[in-house]
Amino acid sequence: MSKFPRLALAVAACLAIFGPAVAQQQVLPLGRAALPAEIAAWDIDVRPDGQGLPAGKGSVKEGEQLFLEQCAACHGEFGEGAGRWPPIAGGVGSLKSESPEKTPGSYWPYASTLFDYVRRAMPYGNAQSLEADQVYAITAYLLSMSDVIPEDHVLSKENFAAVKLPNAGGFFDDDRETAERQFWGREPCMKNCKTEVKILGHARALDVTPDEKKGPKVD
Amino acid sequence: MDSDNRNRQIGRRGFLAAAGAGASALAGLTAGTARAATPDPAITEVQDWARSLGDGVAVRPYGNPSSFEKHVVRRDVEWLTASRESSVSFTPLHDLDGIITPSGLCFERHHSGIAEIDPQKHRLMVHGMVERQMVYTMSDLKRFPGRANRVYFLECAANSGMEWRGAQLNGCQFTHGMIHNVMYTGLPLKTLLDHCGVRTAGKWLLAEGGDASLMTRSIPLDKAMRDCMVAWAMNGEALRPEQGYPLRLLVPGWEGNMWIKWLRRIEIGDQPWHQREETSKYTDLLADGRARRFTWIMDAKSVVTTPSPQAPLAGKGPQVLSGLAWSGRGAIKRVDVTFDGGRNWRQARIDGPSLPLSLTRFYAEFDWAGEELLIQSRAIDDTGYVQPTKEELRQVRGVNSIYHNNGIQTWLVRGDGQAENVEIS
Repeated sequence: MSKFPRLALAVAACLAIFGPAVAQQQVLPLGRAALPAEIAAWDIDVRPDGQGLPAGKGSVKEGEQLFLEQCAACHGEFGEGAGRWPPIAGGVGSLKSESPEKTPGSYWPYASTLFDYVRRAMPYGNAQSLEADQVYAITAYLLSMSDVIPEDHVLSKENFAAVKLPNAGGFFDDDRETAERQFWGREPCMKNCKTEVKILGHARALDVTPDEKKGPKVD
Repeated sequence: MDSDNRNRQIGRRGFLAAAGAGASALAGLTAGTARAATPDPAITEVQDWARSLGDGVAVRPYGNPSSFEKHVVRRDVEWLTASRESSVSFTPLHDLDGIITPSGLCFERHHSGIAEIDPQKHRLMVHGMVERQMVYTMSDLKRFPGRANRVYFLECAANSGMEWRGAQLNGCQFTHGMIHNVMYTGLPLKTLLDHCGVRTAGKWLLAEGGDASLMTRSIPLDKAMRDCMVAWAMNGEALRPEQGYPLRLLVPGWEGNMWIKWLRRIEIGDQPWHQREETSKYTDLLADGRARRFTWIMDAKSVVTTPSPQAPLAGKGPQVLSGLAWSGRGAIKRVDVTFDGGRNWRQARIDGPSLPLSLTRFYAEFDWAGEELLIQSRAIDDTGYVQPTKEELRQVRGVNSIYHNNGIQTWLVRGDGQAENVEIS
């Protein structure tokens, strides 16, 4: 694709000789250029390196007040999660257990994800209603609940990238094609494959009727 | 007595006489064929629908299924999620046949409910590491050359996710119903990306939806250029609102969460964004506490849809086992079925198209004398991948991974024909 600028030059040269018809074949006249203000309105994503963070700052203390007003009804006053709404604090050390709790402090690899998600999708049912400073403050409060930053911290665009989450190193890229190599290329048994078959579990043995905390989570 | 009723009585008497005479003569030829003791009123009586006029044309300007099919609907499991706006409903696989999922029965997974978008106000923005940052209207998209029609399955990565610790839900709608398969119409994403001119440094793409969750996923550029599409139609008509009307992204063979609905923005960058749906969700936690990320491909999988807990056997005698198989790595080459819990297997009969990255329909005809059955199916795709057992999966992944459970499903069929979700040795 490094050829594109040179291609553009060639197109420009053709344009001079053959006129606009040739140029239109190169880039179809469909759509229009995005305006900077339009891109700014929609481009709100934030990467782990801090790219995309807006100007602003917010303290843990400010975040606590906002959290109690706008978030605690679902996530619980201490981030423990109300009913089946997700907990967003705690769970440290639970990943190998029977019931892993995946919170920013226990599981999430990057703090940027927290900022990005609150900014785009929260509060639930009133998304995109928070100012940048409020998102910094709520993110700061959530990070302090997971003991990632101290209670007197003021989170800002400038110091955000320095925040590291404890489980950042807990992820690795999909390796199924090597780690699960045994699932490929085997000739499946067709006759007399087992001597006995035992039923180990029945769905009927479990109660799956609606009940607030029972059962695994879908997402 | 009116003339209608008189005719009906004569007709019935005549039929009785003929049936009596014919019975003895044909007995030798029809051994094994069931015979009615009395004439069937469904035949001998004139039914309402055979006498009076029905609805005329355009009384039903958009047709619906028969009122006798009201039970064929998407269903949800209340305890799974905290609210219906961020939840899932399941495709009734046990009531369907062939490979195409009717649009209104395609499972739903929303994160902030269904966005009802006016197509006149819908915009697709492409920006970031491109020569030309662009905005397209729906009308623009439909004027591009190279429009394409493709059949693809879409499976949620969490399909069968409730079953990691053992048999839990009774019915393939609930164990396997986070999947659908439709024919899409749209544009190869490459057409749009080329129109904008992706810069050399651009290696990743962020796709974003226009609903209240502004759903986002990072997708590697080589996948986007290979076979991703932007689609505005499914099964020949506009996308349904719950499937992303007016525009959704197709990421064939890869987990459903990446198929961004209500697609409004594509950004090109040089790194993944590590959004919520690719870090805290859709990462596969293994037994040692580490997690696999970017596990996009859906591995080969299959399920028997009849018989199954919601589709029991109606009686002894000839039966048609039916099921679905699919693979995110290619086409289904073969499906085996067992009736005795995996002691012995036979090859199922595939019928209909066996397209890559699409559902494939299989059948296995069998005779049932009322014995207990342990039914399973096993899919093999054209990369040589053989669908593993659930136990084989647990050995390499543990039971905490939630996503990508493609293990072999077992249905226990009892003597009364009722079926149950079980796990076997």
